[in-house]
Amino acid sequence: MSTLLDLTGLRKAYPGVIANDDVSFDIAPGEVHALLGENGAGKSTLVKMIYGLVKPDEGRMVLNGAPYAPTRPGDARALGVSMVFQHFSLFEALTVAENIALGLDEKISPSVLSPRITEVSRTYGLPLDPSRLIGDLSVGERQRVEIVRCLLQNPKLLIMDEPTSVLTPQEVEILFATLRKLSAEGVAILYISHKLEEIRALCDRATILRGGKVVATCTPRDETARSLAEMMIGTTLRSPGARDFRPGADILELRELSLSSASPFGTSLREITLALREGEVLGIAGVAGNGQEELLAALSGEARVQPEMITLDGVALGHMGPNRRRAAGLLAAPEERLGHAAAPDMSLTENTMLSARIRQKLDTSGVLKWTATRAFADAVIKAFDVRTPGNGSAAKSLSGGNLQKFVIGREVMQNPRVLVVNQPTWGVDAAAAASIREALRQLAAEGAAVIVISQDLDELMEMSDTLSILAGGRLSAPRPTGSLTIEEIGQRMGGQTAEEPAHVPA
Amino acid sequence: MDLSSLDPIALIVSLVIAATPLVLAATGELLVEKSGVLNLGVEGMMVMGAIAGFIAAVETGTPFLGFLFAAIAGALLACVFGVLTQVFLSNQVATGLALTLFGLGLSALLGQSYTGMRPPQTERADIPVLSDLPVIGPVVFSYDWIVYFSLFLVLAVWFFLNKTRGGLVLRAVGESHDAAHALGYKVILIRLGAIAFGGACAGLGGAYLSLVRVPQWSEGMTAGIGWIALAIVVFASWKPGRVILGAWLFGGVTILQLNMQALNVPIRAEYLSMTPYLMTIIVLVIMSSDRRRAALNAPASLGRVFHASS
Repeated sequence: MSTLLDLTGLRKAYPGVIANDDVSFDIAPGEVHALLGENGAGKSTLVKMIYGLVKPDEGRMVLNGAPYAPTRPGDARALGVSMVFQHFSLFEALTVAENIALGLDEKISPSVLSPRITEVSRTYGLPLDPSRLIGDLSVGERQRVEIVRCLLQNPKLLIMDEPTSVLTPQEVEILFATLRKLSAEGVAILYISHKLEEIRALCDRATILRGGKVVATCTPRDETARSLAEMMIGTTLRSPGARDFRPGADILELRELSLSSASPFGTSLREITLALREGEVLGIAGVAGNGQEELLAALSGEARVQPEMITLDGVALGHMGPNRRRAAGLLAAPEERLGHAAAPDMSLTENTMLSARIRQKLDTSGVLKWTATRAFADAVIKAFDVRTPGNGSAAKSLSGGNLQKFVIGREVMQNPRVLVVNQPTWGVDAAAAASIREALRQLAAEGAAVIVISQDLDELMEMSDTLSILAGGRLSAPRPTGSLTIEEIGQRMGGQTAEEPAHVPA
Repeated sequence: MDLSSLDPIALIVSLVIAATPLVLAATGELLVEKSGVLNLGVEGMMVMGAIAGFIAAVETGTPFLGFLFAAIAGALLACVFGVLTQVFLSNQVATGLALTLFGLGLSALLGQSYTGMRPPQTERADIPVLSDLPVIGPVVFSYDWIVYFSLFLVLAVWFFLNKTRGGLVLRAVGESHDAAHALGYKVILIRLGAIAFGGACAGLGGAYLSLVRVPQWSEGMTAGIGWIALAIVVFASWKPGRVILGAWLFGGVTILQLNMQALNVPIRAEYLSMTPYLMTIIVLVIMSSDRRRAALNAPASLGRVFHASS
């Protein structure tokens, strides 16, 4: 087998941390190569070096037999290396064609570019209208824009950073068909994902990173998801214990909850009706941008609605702001960790004060009790295994997974009646995700109710008792999780985007 | 009171002249804001342009050199803002306010010995036949070249933003600097360029005040016009064509209230002087009332500090 890209002894150190240390592996033409590792294992740094965003301290790369040292992404693209980002690098207020033009190095006039976009997108089964605004597209369609942009440059190596974390099962199938077709044409794909089953289904080889070093290389088909996860974390994985679901009395009721979105590209909520019982974990599935943020805002109290639209233990509180809802026992942890769930430049103690002051009584008539707050922050850090030098560290200094454990733990430990979380394990590695899920289930087992809004279906199937689907701002009636198949859920999630049939020509 | 004594042709001509500094300054600021930078120092850059242009024109006797130096002075002051906010990552709002105060102070110092002097006159277009046409002659073909230049500038900025690749990149930087950086665009350089352009435009606007509109130098003569220019950018919802509309609206109200003062309309002069500013506030409130639409037009990264972390 010939080699397309050969990496030898790559090393990159940042102040205080070695992101990559002596990383070596190779990728063959047409190969789908998985890159696996926990958060902070060094995957992002590695692909940034390949894509020319970061310069390695040591080591060398060889592309097609020639030394390869890109100093900027333009160099990488010119040599046939393209990348689809985890957080899409798209501009919402610009059109599909404008976005693609920005990512191309050669200058193509719009009248030539638009037909080419249509042509490429059709060839690879990724239908796109070049004149639409990105802000109006679904997440799956936005990803197509990124992929089509890469394909227009005839890449030899396509890097994909967590491409499926936001897609419906049907969209994942389309994507995989596209990737297999590319691979058959000789394009190599470097595929980063936390979804181990997908890697087993798609990838030919896998390189596993831990602590910045390559710890194993394997053929995913010959492994199990469990063995892959254990290679990543370096220890054996604990299975979550089964929990029997015996729902109690109704706690939270939503009656025809409607809310028009505050954002021009948001989705308004339409007549959501729901009853949540003690001990229940309700999963809300759906593709991002179908009203998840609005639902969280309506429940947390950031957006006010009519009083009787939300009742907690019989008390109407739709008109109340977040603090009064907290006092009543309705807590929420939003999706965006930095800047929404936590103030980035404030310490963990201060962030604890911001959310726990009312329920933990951390002030006396306006005077703050810092000793008690520090003790509570320490309790959260300890109980949720948050890796940090101490409660005085700024929130933004924590890694994503650690901060996520902290913001979820901070709410869980306030003994809420109802806790609403949005994307609780987004970008969090397997071990940390498992402990977050376990904590949420434990909370429900103690009699609270939990609403988990997530785009990760596997997560919802694993942890929720009942499941609803949010599509186009409408919520389907909750059904016991076991009674729904992945296909059924996928079809409902696609409620909004299903009108656009997508076929991959053979 | 006799409103019939108002000459509509003279009114329109003075409206266009009153609006020209606004068109210039607002067009420059529009481009700056499209790149994602909020420079509140327009007033300071205008007043620096006013004095620099005035000094250069008086000393050389050539109005053109006055405008040239005004543009350079505005751009230089803007570069101070650019370096502070883009390189040293200072807060844009605070730096912009400081720039205004600095510009007002420095211009007063430079202009001490120029108070009361008259600048050389800027030539008016005198096109044979066309300028002599009734009504159309004075309304369309009677201005100095800066008026036509300002309208051309609006067209050029519109063309640049919407029809060229450079404009697309600039809009992209203003929309999401992180995404633009990830694509390999030089966010800071692009923004510095936009800031310097905005400063040059503001300087021209200021020089138009001291060389044509007034025409003489007095301390703090911009009298809040830079702030109105900032408001016009919002009023125009970041679309170049609407800048002209906003500037003419404001110019119209200004001229109308001046004429009403001259006619001794039984309203106190203070109230009349207030009207252009009141008008600006009212229009802004109306424009901003639809949150969704306002958010759609505004550059999404406006005023946010960009730090390229890898």
